[in-house]
Amino acid sequence: MSMLTPQVGDIPLPDPGPISTPYWQGCREGVLRYQRCLDCGAPTHTPALLCAACASMNLEWVDSSGRGEIYSWTRVWRPVTPAFITPYVPIIVTMEEGWSILSNLVGCEDNAVSIGQLVEVEFHHTGGPNDIWLPYFHPRSP
Amino acid sequence: MGHPFRDVAIVGVFNTKQARVLEGYDSQTIALEAALGAVADAGLEPRDIDGVVGGIASNFLYQSRIGPAWRSMSALGIPAVIEGAMAIACGLANTVLIATGEAGSYRQHASTAPWTRPTNEFVAAYGMFTAAEFALMARRHMHMYGTTPESMAHVAATIRNNGHVNPQAVYSGRGPFTADDVLNSRMVADPFHLLDCAMTSEGGTALVLTHADRAGDLAKTPVHLLGGGTDHYGPSYQHPPVWDLGGVRRPDLIAGHVGRRAAEEAFASAGLGPSDVDVCEFYDPFSFELIRQFEAYGFCGEGEGGDYVMSGVIEPGGRHPITTDGGTMSFSHGGASVQLFQRVIRGVQQLRGECISSQVANAEVAMCTGGGSGALFTDVLLLGKDRP
Ligand SMILES: [Zn+2]
Repeated sequence: MSMLTPQVGDIPLPDPGPISTPYWQGCREGVLRYQRCLDCGAPTHTPALLCAACASMNLEWVDSSGRGEIYSWTRVWRPVTPAFITPYVPIIVTMEEGWSILSNLVGCEDNAVSIGQLVEVEFHHTGGPNDIWLPYFHPRSP
Repeated sequence: MGHPFRDVAIVGVFNTKQARVLEGYDSQTIALEAALGAVADAGLEPRDIDGVVGGIASNFLYQSRIGPAWRSMSALGIPAVIEGAMAIACGLANTVLIATGEAGSYRQHASTAPWTRPTNEFVAAYGMFTAAEFALMARRHMHMYGTTPESMAHVAATIRNNGHVNPQAVYSGRGPFTADDVLNSRMVADPFHLLDCAMTSEGGTALVLTHADRAGDLAKTPVHLLGGGTDHYGPSYQHPPVWDLGGVRRPDLIAGHVGRRAAEEAFASAGLGPSDVDVCEFYDPFSFELIRQFEAYGFCGEGEGGDYVMSGVIEPGGRHPITTDGGTMSFSHGGASVQLFQRVIRGVQQLRGECISSQVANAEVAMCTGGGSGALFTDVLLLGKDRP
């Protein structure tokens, strides 16, 4: 058993593009943002030009509650590069607004993960040339 | 209208030596060796080739001065074979060479192989690589249907034992394996143990297609394309691998079923169904993917794949033996593309009856696949001995 914490090594960091800049700016401000369709109301993530439900280009950036539940998980023991401390726990979270995000679980023992577990976002400053604040998720109470 | 591939046949196939490391080779040289091998297997000369598929086959085109010729840059396995067949069916070329190879691109093993590591901004920082991507799919299936690590381990042991008895497999003689051996190997990405996963190796592979009218005069028994299809949901390893990811074309299908539409189309054009398949040359990046494919292609119902693979059908002598050369777990996983062709190579060898290990008696129909749910795509090709 080990306590899951954000990675602190020289991990690969995001290089925001023209579509995703508002997403990373939100992370910098401590807010998880996603795109919502002005025509049909559906949420979209990862950042895109087109609505995932109706292909409209009429998308707006809105703030997420930052809360969701674990949809699936894995626990990695063979790191993708030596920069990653193991074990780490990649998760897919279904957010309250109905969109999915890939992240890592932190703030609990590695064997405490389960599908359906309620989680909430937190942000960690990883720096780098793009001043990235990386969203992670920790368990929360209902 | 006749069958779209009635006038096409696979007439040459060749795998070079496959190894963890092929000293003295680079990707170009091993692929060219494969190309020459496939041309010779067909009983042809380089000058007979008037179409090539793939970047390295393009170099073959230059070096052998067989231009001007038809060329495509398709690279990833079954779609390249289908494209080559289409070129012949459409009259763009008469004899098409497909060749690829990789050597020397992955020899520092501190990190996972370069082709397993996505660079996308929403994935890379979370330590994702192929095993983790596929594990997220497998875990969801376990949650929904109670699929067990034991059933996955049985798949891995079966495929690895096929490689164990194959003198040409990279891991020839490394077994035999039991499911317990798989379960006792170290964990890579839960639920996948080391022996649930593909290996990494080096090698080359190639095949030659030609017009069916000519195929009968060549060296080997021609093998025909009875049907094929490709199902894709987007780029691999850039977005969350969500089992329930859907799309508007077929609202009844999700990424967890990827390959079902391709299989339906292939079976329809062949006039066949799952029960007609004698050899399941299914792509095996991770053990769970075999369970998933049997469900996706309709061999069993949704959620029944775990029990299905435990029912005696997948072993040598079973009704639907799988991945008979040892696949990417034991035969070879040459990199980003080589192994994606090798299910087709093996399917052809099975229908010719020339396998030196695990030959399926009287095999008439082989189902070859590539990709997987974690990569958001699955390609399917049905091969047969009879001209469609
Ligand atoms: Zn919309």
